[in-house]
Amino acid sequence: MKRVFVQLRAELLLLARNGEQLLLTLVIPVVLLAFFGAVDVLPTGDIDSIDFLVPGIIAVAIMSTSMVSLGIATGFERSYQVLKRLGATPLTRGELVVAKILTVFVVELVQIAVLLPIGFAQGWRPAGSTVALAIVAVLLGTATFAGLGLILAGSLRAEINLAAQNGLYLVLLLLGGMIISQDSLPGPMASISAALPSSALAEFLRSSLNGDGQLLAPALVLTVWAIVAPLIAARRFRWS
Amino acid sequence: MAVVVENLTVRYGEITAVQDVSFVAPTAGVTVILGPNGAGKTSTIEVCEGFRSPSSGSVAVLGLDPGREHHALTHRMGVMLQGGGVYPSARVKDVVSHFCALYGKKINATDLIEQVGLTSRAKSTWRRLSGGEQQRLSLALALAAQPEILFLDEPTSGVDIDGRDTIRTIIHEAAQQGTTVVLASHDMAEAQRVATHVVLFQQGKVIANAPLAEITQSRKRLRFTSTDTLDTLALSQSIGSLVNHQGDGVYEVTAESSARLVGRITQWLGEQQLPLRGIDLGEETLEDAYRRLTGGAQ
Repeated sequence: MKRVFVQLRAELLLLARNGEQLLLTLVIPVVLLAFFGAVDVLPTGDIDSIDFLVPGIIAVAIMSTSMVSLGIATGFERSYQVLKRLGATPLTRGELVVAKILTVFVVELVQIAVLLPIGFAQGWRPAGSTVALAIVAVLLGTATFAGLGLILAGSLRAEINLAAQNGLYLVLLLLGGMIISQDSLPGPMASISAALPSSALAEFLRSSLNGDGQLLAPALVLTVWAIVAPLIAARRFRWS
Repeated sequence: MAVVVENLTVRYGEITAVQDVSFVAPTAGVTVILGPNGAGKTSTIEVCEGFRSPSSGSVAVLGLDPGREHHALTHRMGVMLQGGGVYPSARVKDVVSHFCALYGKKINATDLIEQVGLTSRAKSTWRRLSGGEQQRLSLALALAAQPEILFLDEPTSGVDIDGRDTIRTIIHEAAQQGTTVVLASHDMAEAQRVATHVVLFQQGKVIANAPLAEITQSRKRLRFTSTDTLDTLALSQSIGSLVNHQGDGVYEVTAESSARLVGRITQWLGEQQLPLRGIDLGEETLEDAYRRLTGGAQ
């Protein structure tokens, strides 16, 4: 366990030294929330747009940070042979994956701390009394998307990884019920969407923060993703 | 023996990088795996480090299987990669502290940085270090393991003279303290300075595996430089030993060097009114041995 915290500290230090990347991670969700909160153009179904947007953008932030940012950074670490070098130390693959997931969780806490006041300023009020469940959703979402990001980063060449991370991000963003309601999607797409981790996370967050919609189904779907994705990541991860 | 390699073969698809190689690396010695680029040195080292699986054959490092018992081995080995291995924006002090903490052997990062001569660069990032400084930082990371065995892949590549001295000193000190050093290099002169044991590679095969002294001190040589057009047959008959033209006016006499032999050569050159531009007596170098064993290939 000690090595996990040693690695976590190193990852956070490195992140702090890459300020531009951190800034981008924070800026994109903020811009999305500020823009779509002010311009009511998204098909949000029966839900008030700001109630739909705040949990959805938190889900987007989690997906961006834990999948794309982590996945691309890890891909570069592979090309710089950083992973290979770490592979010669007592740090295990599992410990590295846990340290990386904890790192993105810290970043997400900062993102959420920035996003919530913007949501409040735009009139959003959490109606649910289950904030603890929202925290569970964030943890499960982090584990899921970090797992997905690391599966790609751990098994693809750096250039292919970069394209794959962005491609998957786009698919999950559009089909994943984060900024476009599942109800607005055509029948087959809506069915696919329900099984996606992005939909599950967004729905889980909406239910716990807004106090409406389904809770159990998305929670179950997300839990399965949160167990399977990091496990596959740890198994498939290659040091070089 | 710290490393025992038996009938190792490494293939990449259709290409055989290492073919049926066997050798040992003695404990507390400096074993240099020597050969030109593409000879199979790095592939062999990577199997020993546990990064690569052998296509066939077996490897034991400190009695462990590097593939199956990799985690146990990581606590006991230090690794220096051929290049890279550090995030470009990472600072020297941070990365050394990080590795010291990962190994958990209570090594002081500041002392380690001083040992490799990077104290003045402790706050610099990896990307701002010169090639030689990056090599020294990589060596520090390997030493953070306080290892029983050190694998160093081309440790002096791109390093200036002072840096080479530092690295050589560290290698000698490590061996004196009982650490086994296994080093891959294509630099024959550098290898001769640090090796106690040499494994010569050529095209994926081992062509010699013996203590340095056995490889180089078994033969004395005499080499001289004159014009390109010297009649080697006539000279050979005159001095009673075979003379070979090595190219560029350099000739080697395949006989034990002696003052008498030198006298005969200089006398013959004088008689033929040919210049003597240089003469080199002494023990065979690793490069000589390599050329002899490979029939002149490098």
